[in-house]
Amino acid sequence: MKYFHLVWSALFRRKTRTILTLVSIIAAFLLFGLLDSVRVAFTAGNNVAGAGRLVVTSRMSMQQALPESLGARIANVPGVSSVAYANWFAGVYQDPKNQVFSFAVSPDYLDLYPEIVLPADQRAAWDRTRTGAIVGAALARRFGWKIGDKIPLQSTIWPSKSSGNNTWTFDITGIFHARDKKDAGNEQTLMFHWKYFDENNQFGSGEVHWYVVKVADPAHADSVASAIDALSANSDHETRTQTEQAFQASFIKQLINIGFVVAAIMGAVFFTLLLLTGNTMMQAVRERTSELAVLKTIGFSGRAVLAMVLSEGVLMLLFGGLIGLGLVAVIVPGMAAASGGMVPIHGVAGQTWALGIGLMVVIGLIVGLVPAWRAMRLNIVDALSGR
Amino acid sequence: MNAAVAEVKKDSGPLVEIRGLSKTYTRGKQKLEVLHHIDLDIARGDFFALMGPSGSGKTTLLNLIGGLDSPTDGSLSVDGKRIDRMGEGQLARWRAGNVGFVFQFYNLMPALSAQRNVELPLLLTRLSGKQRKRNAAIALQLVGLSDRASHKPSELSGGQQQRVAIARAIVSDPTLLVCDEPTGDLDRQSAEDVLTLLQRLNREHGKTVVMVTHDPKAAEYASHTLHLDKGTLVEQSHAA
Amino acid sequence: MKRFLINFGLVVLAVVALAVWVRLPWFGALILAVLFALWMALTRSGRQAASVTKVGIGTLRDRLGSSLVIVIGIAGVVGVLVALLAMGEGLQATLNSGGRNDTAIVLRGGAVSESQSVLVRDDVDVIEQAAGVARDASGKPMASAELVVAANLRLRNSQDEAAAQLRGVDDGAWALRPDLKIVEGRKFRPGMRELVVGEAAHRQFAGLDVGKDIKLGTQVWKVVGMFQSDGAWNSELWADRQTVASAYRRGNSAESVLVKLTGPSAFAQFKAMLAADPRLKVEASTTRDYFAKQSEGLSKIIRVVGLTVGIIMAIGALFGALNCMFAAVASRAREIATLRAIGFRGTPVVVSVMLETMLLALVGGVLGALIVWLIFNGYHASTLSGFTQLMFQFKVGPDLIWTGLKWALAIGFVGGLFPAVRAARLPVTTALREL
Repeated sequence: MKYFHLVWSALFRRKTRTILTLVSIIAAFLLFGLLDSVRVAFTAGNNVAGAGRLVVTSRMSMQQALPESLGARIANVPGVSSVAYANWFAGVYQDPKNQVFSFAVSPDYLDLYPEIVLPADQRAAWDRTRTGAIVGAALARRFGWKIGDKIPLQSTIWPSKSSGNNTWTFDITGIFHARDKKDAGNEQTLMFHWKYFDENNQFGSGEVHWYVVKVADPAHADSVASAIDALSANSDHETRTQTEQAFQASFIKQLINIGFVVAAIMGAVFFTLLLLTGNTMMQAVRERTSELAVLKTIGFSGRAVLAMVLSEGVLMLLFGGLIGLGLVAVIVPGMAAASGGMVPIHGVAGQTWALGIGLMVVIGLIVGLVPAWRAMRLNIVDALSGR
Repeated sequence: MNAAVAEVKKDSGPLVEIRGLSKTYTRGKQKLEVLHHIDLDIARGDFFALMGPSGSGKTTLLNLIGGLDSPTDGSLSVDGKRIDRMGEGQLARWRAGNVGFVFQFYNLMPALSAQRNVELPLLLTRLSGKQRKRNAAIALQLVGLSDRASHKPSELSGGQQQRVAIARAIVSDPTLLVCDEPTGDLDRQSAEDVLTLLQRLNREHGKTVVMVTHDPKAAEYASHTLHLDKGTLVEQSHAA
Repeated sequence: MKRFLINFGLVVLAVVALAVWVRLPWFGALILAVLFALWMALTRSGRQAASVTKVGIGTLRDRLGSSLVIVIGIAGVVGVLVALLAMGEGLQATLNSGGRNDTAIVLRGGAVSESQSVLVRDDVDVIEQAAGVARDASGKPMASAELVVAANLRLRNSQDEAAAQLRGVDDGAWALRPDLKIVEGRKFRPGMRELVVGEAAHRQFAGLDVGKDIKLGTQVWKVVGMFQSDGAWNSELWADRQTVASAYRRGNSAESVLVKLTGPSAFAQFKAMLAADPRLKVEASTTRDYFAKQSEGLSKIIRVVGLTVGIIMAIGALFGALNCMFAAVASRAREIATLRAIGFRGTPVVVSVMLETMLLALVGGVLGALIVWLIFNGYHASTLSGFTQLMFQFKVGPDLIWTGLKWALAIGFVGGLFPAVRAARLPVTTALREL
């Protein structure tokens, strides 16, 4: 640590160069932070809270409806502690561009989602109101909805009996929050009573798009899932039961096989960065040959010099990288807000910081390695005589 | 050589004892013998000047004495230690404790203040930050630059930079000061200041000084002068 | 203060130059290049610049490391940018290529996609009889009522399932998509559980080989043919509409009606007639408009992401290039000063440093575009469109490569400008004394 000021002063020996390099590093980690935040947002989901929940959909496709009567049979499967169900509503508000992630849910649906917090009085009011709807806080902010508002939503699928067209009217009776700030994506939804949906839509009734099943013991989730699928085997509405994680993961995987593209981008970014910074470090160390020789003359060991040059690289990367990730942390909430919560990232996750810092250290070591090695092997006599 | 040996204090022997010292450099296929079988003693408390034309091997000899380089042949002991037998790491540690270096072009760290430059060798000791600061301040005071402690090398004159370099050389209180053309890049007045300073360190603080110079005026400050030519000692004389 | 003003002026100049450059078509750049070459060949300072540049380029080999850094750094930027844009372009091409001016798609009013629309049997009949619909040799309207459902299938080389779009079509469907060709097997027979699969779907999902049986839900279908098309249908499975409707319990309904118009000009009449019919609540659009609208959102997202990533990377590479060129100027300070002492003026020095950087940048740009072209041109990707998989190919076309090269040259321009000016302003005496 007592060498810190030596390393620091070496770093800023040529301010212009260091600042230019830092900007490169900042840019790289800004990019890394953004991309990795997206990745985390897509893959993390609400893993912990979702444990022990199964999603039952039609084997044919997610859009295919299942009979409502299946719910009672699922509830009788050993190991199932409770069952709720829901339907797609596919609502838009005012303009087809304003899609509202909305669905009709059974009365006990919320009980399966402890990560969603709705004040008890609002819950009671919702239960009382046939056309009541509860909305996530982020969604309410996006459209300026308040409790008590009567809002019309167009369903892109279901015509309403009462209006004769696709417009459905809801009374907002509650605004819910995500228990964990990181799950703020959950605050983008609107839920209303399945009963209202079922009675008021012009097409068929008694159909459900998916069931959510809470299992008593998550360890037995797989066997419960098979038992549920066995209920409808060989019927015309075979089901497919997955854990919630698997369900979300398969959805995301399909969204785009983005992995390779993102990996290629990040590869290119970091390769470029490695090169730029490595080259700068080389220059910096070459320029300081005589200074390093003096240090060794004074009695600094080769290893000490090696460590100093290596830590210079790491320090530079950490300095730039942390600024870059810090910028992401500042930008992201703004972006999320500006996009009305449509951007699925809400901050820099712990794992992004950890991965980022890991990358900084590793890249710092790599770029420092060659110059540091040279510095260590530096022959004092040659270096001092300028050879 | 006898003259040099005569100066030796009988109870402790010479500080630097050189026997049969040779140094050969290999550059590609060419072998170049820079020093040829040198015998030399340098007494404790001596101020010793090495002179000679360029290419005579004087800097090589100085580097060997300072433990920057290892001889090809012969023995070299400083203060009873056979530094020719030390490995690179050992030499580094030995240099840290026993030798102070002064170069022609000062070789200060341009990014560090004078104070920080002087403090540099103390980073290798176990001294606390506070003690390091205090010792560096004392060394700067000794060279008369206390008021320039916070200046960067680029803000100092050549003479001042060289005095900072000298402060750096003595801050860890080595027995031996090794100076390579310390006045080579200085004007007359600054050179005199630096030489007077070296003389004072020699006389008042008992530092043994070995100095390479090609300036006869500088050599006058030394108590002994030795001439090297083509790798061998040719002559030695007492300074006035 | 004066220095600050000069630097500020340079920044403004760089911004203006970039703004112009971005809008410049390729022949504009060509004209610039020709003008520049003329200047170099014909004027005194031009010739000076040429000779200074020659000296600079001659020493490039000694500065191989930092020259390579510029080249590779810019190759990285161009590569990433072009790859991302190629993804957007490929997706858009796939979504748009099915669109024509002489076919129209009719959905229920308000529906923005097929899966949101429902048309009953009567609607279909009225639509098919509307004015403007072309008729075939036997006098039947050229139209196809269609229905899409999602069918879960196992992905090839994977245990995962994904949804494919299963399209139920009428007989007329084939004639409405002239670009679609059966490449293997035959068409399905009405009333039979037979499938004809798109080439991309065949590549994406397991078990879609011609001649094989495949289970969709509880029912077994036979794959009897494979077709090829540039459009989105390439990702689909086709079967007889009535058969699909009964298998997926959709009664006798359809989601959309596709019609062939007597000509592009017939669309207005067709649309007006449907709008005027009190029995119908439908909306017609040409398939060109419809597909363009479908692709709008996704392509825009990819474009924005591509540009954002590209800009951030470009900033990184730009500063890298600045760094390298400042270093190059520093290491050549003496040489530049000597040239100026001999009597070369500032402009040739500036031009030569900038030319050198832009040359390196150009090499980088070409390299990046080439690598992306090699890796990504025709690269198969898939995304989720609604509920089902949509397969598309990356398209690295000349346009994109030109965009990439423009970026490369822009980075080279800015990256060279400031070091060049520094080189030209270096006081001769100081530079000669240094080192």
